[in-house]
Amino acid sequence: MRKARKEKRKISLSVAFCSMVYLFLFLPIFVVVANSFNATTTKPYLSWKGFSFDWYIKLWSNSSLLESFGNTIIIAVVSTILSTVIGTLGAVGIYRYKFKGKGIINAFLYIPVVIPEIVIGIALLTIFTNVNIPRGMVTLILSHVSFSVPYVIFNVRARLSGYDKSIEEASMDLGANRVVTFFEITLPVLAPGIAGGALLAFTLSIDDVIISYFVNGQTKTYPLKVMESIKSGVSPDVNALSTLVLIGTIGLVYLTQSGVLSGKHKKI
Amino acid sequence: MMKKRSKHEFKSNTMPAMVTVGPVAILLLFLVVAPLIFVAVMSFCQTDEFYNVVYRFTAVNYGKLVSEDYLKIYAQSLLIAFVTTLICVLVGYPFAYVIARTKSKKKQLFYMLVIIPFWTNSLIRIYGWRTFLGNSGWLNKLLMTIGVVSEPVEFLYKTGTTVLGMVYCFIPFMVLPLYTAIEKLDDSLLEASSDLGAKPVKTLFEVILPLTASGIFSGCIMVFIPCLGYFFVSNILGGGNTDMIGNLIERQFKSANNWPLGAALSIILILVTLLLVKIYQKLGGDMDSLGV
Repeated sequence: MRKARKEKRKISLSVAFCSMVYLFLFLPIFVVVANSFNATTTKPYLSWKGFSFDWYIKLWSNSSLLESFGNTIIIAVVSTILSTVIGTLGAVGIYRYKFKGKGIINAFLYIPVVIPEIVIGIALLTIFTNVNIPRGMVTLILSHVSFSVPYVIFNVRARLSGYDKSIEEASMDLGANRVVTFFEITLPVLAPGIAGGALLAFTLSIDDVIISYFVNGQTKTYPLKVMESIKSGVSPDVNALSTLVLIGTIGLVYLTQSGVLSGKHKKI
Repeated sequence: MMKKRSKHEFKSNTMPAMVTVGPVAILLLFLVVAPLIFVAVMSFCQTDEFYNVVYRFTAVNYGKLVSEDYLKIYAQSLLIAFVTTLICVLVGYPFAYVIARTKSKKKQLFYMLVIIPFWTNSLIRIYGWRTFLGNSGWLNKLLMTIGVVSEPVEFLYKTGTTVLGMVYCFIPFMVLPLYTAIEKLDDSLLEASSDLGAKPVKTLFEVILPLTASGIFSGCIMVFIPCLGYFFVSNILGGGNTDMIGNLIERQFKSANNWPLGAALSIILILVTLLLVKIYQKLGGDMDSLGV
């Protein structure tokens, strides 16, 4: 009896503690969402002037904000595709073949993961400036690929460690060549690792502030556009866009988790 | 007995190895290694009167690194990163413990709720804190409405505010590796410990913490190191009063336009990183658990 009461108190204590942490994690997001409905029209857009949907309408005429958001999406999509292809090939190759310098490549993969982003950012800036690659979309994409590839490799490698090579041999014994075997056997087995890596690459790219800040030239990404406006006050259409993105991602994740989008659950 | 070679293996592995590993190798060489070597070279260069980099050897940048102002900022950076890491462990550990060991059906949701904040850009969330904590911010409005204070309290531009922002940015990086480590804990070990008469505190220190130490170590690495470079948090919440080494580097590459000095400052960060990673490996840390 007494033990049960003690157990109960322990549970309510941990619930209270965890709720506080979640509150801490979500508090600024509530602020961002709430301020997107703020009717204020004067900088720095901080005091509450009543509820309105105005900023959700004004958003669509803020062409520079929309353009920066478009840039972010383009960079994220292109760099995710590139880093997923390069990373998947690399992970398979590193796992399978013996070659000189394998240990070095493995060690170098950790550099972008552990070195602070600002160092990577200024290092890329100096090299791009020195070899005269004009800074913009291309340098942004190259930079995003360089910090995403290791994460793709780690994800795919985790999947490879439990991988049975003999199914590939079986495929080739049955007459498939190397390329067909790669696409029909190797890729499907690695798919969850590849998808995990790609999702991580996409998230890292979309959220990147620091590295993009140094290599962007005149091209603005969405986070950089926000950074630019922080001194004068971020206008609530930025909040409105963030809110829409948040709702969109939550919706997407809900749909994939419940199996509506993948549709695979029903078949099996 | 010799193992039978598969008939499908190439006589030479050079071709397939080059096709698969080649792109990664080129990428690492040109976009990771070469740039960092270049930074090291630049840290020994000079600038002319138009702030252009002149490739003539000098150690003057390293001399500037030990100026009194800079030493203060290094100390401040280490302090902020240390306190941030400490708070992340103290709050993150019990939090990760509860969500990793809950028997609730909503466990998956609890985990997702740690990830979801990432979907709103970190810069925007930090700005959200500024909106909340500012002089005309919502917290002050609330405090004044309920009559706790009559004047707005200055929350912003303090070391504590920057620490708050850093904890906010990095606590998920502490919670996630801890979650993984704690979830692997075997229930029977905890039961065995208590069956053998150990008090909960003893079980915590002699069973739970040692078994999850790997998660604590990797979490600390993933909080402490990037924290030193997150200049925008101290910019937005510290307003120049809580500069860290990242702010110094940022300034040299932007407004102050002294790239060689910025490069020398970056070398410090690289050395700190290498040192901490070496310690991490000495403590038995696995590099793979840093990749989340």
